[in-house]
Amino acid sequence: MSKKFNEIPMGGNILEPGSAMQYKTGGWRAERPKHTPDDCLWLKNGTCLLCWIFCPDNAVKIAEKDGKRTYAFDYDYCKGCGICANECPNSCIEMESE
Amino acid sequence: MNVPIPASKWRVSDEMTAATKSSKTTESSSNIEGLTGDAAIARALKQCDIDVLSAYPITPQTIIVEDYQRFFADGEVKTKVIPVESEHSAMSACIGASAAGARVATTSASAGLALMWEVLYCASGLRLPIVLAVANRALSAPINIHNDWSDSYGARDSGFIQMYCQSCQEAYDTTIMSFKIAENHSVLLPAMVCIDGFILSHNVEHVELLPDEVVRDFIGIRDPAQVLDPDKPITIGPICFTDYYFEVKEQQDRAMKEVFRVYKEVESEFEKISGRSYGIYETYRTKDADIVLLTHSSPAGTAKAVVDALRDRGERVGLLRLKLFRPFPAAEIGKELASAKAVAVFEKCLSFGAAANPLALEVRTALYEQPKRPLVTDFVIGLGGRDVPPTVIVEGYNKTKQYLEKGKAPFYETLGVRK
Repeated sequence: MSKKFNEIPMGGNILEPGSAMQYKTGGWRAERPKHTPDDCLWLKNGTCLLCWIFCPDNAVKIAEKDGKRTYAFDYDYCKGCGICANECPNSCIEMESE
Repeated sequence: MNVPIPASKWRVSDEMTAATKSSKTTESSSNIEGLTGDAAIARALKQCDIDVLSAYPITPQTIIVEDYQRFFADGEVKTKVIPVESEHSAMSACIGASAAGARVATTSASAGLALMWEVLYCASGLRLPIVLAVANRALSAPINIHNDWSDSYGARDSGFIQMYCQSCQEAYDTTIMSFKIAENHSVLLPAMVCIDGFILSHNVEHVELLPDEVVRDFIGIRDPAQVLDPDKPITIGPICFTDYYFEVKEQQDRAMKEVFRVYKEVESEFEKISGRSYGIYETYRTKDADIVLLTHSSPAGTAKAVVDALRDRGERVGLLRLKLFRPFPAAEIGKELASAKAVAVFEKCLSFGAAANPLALEVRTALYEQPKRPLVTDFVIGLGGRDVPPTVIVEGYNKTKQYLEKGKAPFYETLGVRK
């Protein structure tokens, strides 16, 4: 953020792929998603994942290790768009005001 | 006037042509042809071995596109010629090709240049060295196909280098040099080569053409700085907000200032292969001049004749013919004009509602810091192709003389209009 004119690439070009990771869009968020695990199909039987598929910021973080599944949001990048809450078939995600 | 000239005076027999040709090749392999300004630019583009020409024809630039299309159809060039549907697309295609590392040119005028407007700023902002030949023509309305400088003067803040030519020879030479200037890694900016519509674009003059291989060795192959390459992907033209936009513009401004040095370097190299050079501006009999006329393009030629005529009558007058308008050589011109009592600016553009018009604004700014500031008069001439005969220049000179006696001049005035 604080680089001088001669420390950045010419014409605002981006020379490294994937540099959007450096821009934390979580700062834009007005509402944050809150996950209730009870009816979540991913945690129940490892299916669904509509929230993960639709998230435009890759901010739904899922993992499976030794048969144990986890679910979390990456609030550094979640813009709070609410698509996950809209897509969830079991209404496990609610949007809460920040 | 009507004395017939014997055939031997004008007719060139086969033997004579053969003789000239053979003697030519021994002393120099250059070759003189009668070419219009447009044709001269087309020939220069052909010799510069451009990879892509994407252009839309518009009077008075049409001959450039027509000639180039003919070279392409005849298989004389390897260029990809893209016949686009508008000037907006012409410049857009140039930007894409230039970003991919190609040597690119386009050409336009008047309304066509106006339609290109949005994309002009993209070309310079992305630092793409594109050569744009402009045959200066008035803007509508009323619709008019003849010459003034409203089109390219309007684009003076677009980040393009702007060079104005006085002759077809200069148009040819400048087009060749412009690639080398624009593609220089200290510059990397697009460049406009401007000629006066019809006055230069359609008039035939002697043009000395350089041999193909000499031009090829002179400009070489483009060495792109940052290029679109699938094997090493980069992003060209990303969004840039409050955090970095200003820094990118700072880069662009500094690149523009490098043009003075690079222009001089390129031209001194060009002089070695051609024997010709023009300078970022040219002075003509200014040494002891009280009043210096300042203009460019075709009126500068007329003004030279006026200077000679007035000098014969004992007037202390000279001419400064500008070539490089962007970047504007303010420091050098300030010094050059510091000893004059008055500077009379002649320009073919009216900047509605402005304090004065584009060229005079620059000249007044250049002179403001001088300890003994010369009086500056600004004459708007030749709009919409209205002829600028020597009498108009003389009228401007006489008015400047009167204002000098009074010690006061209007911000600007129009000359050669019925009022």
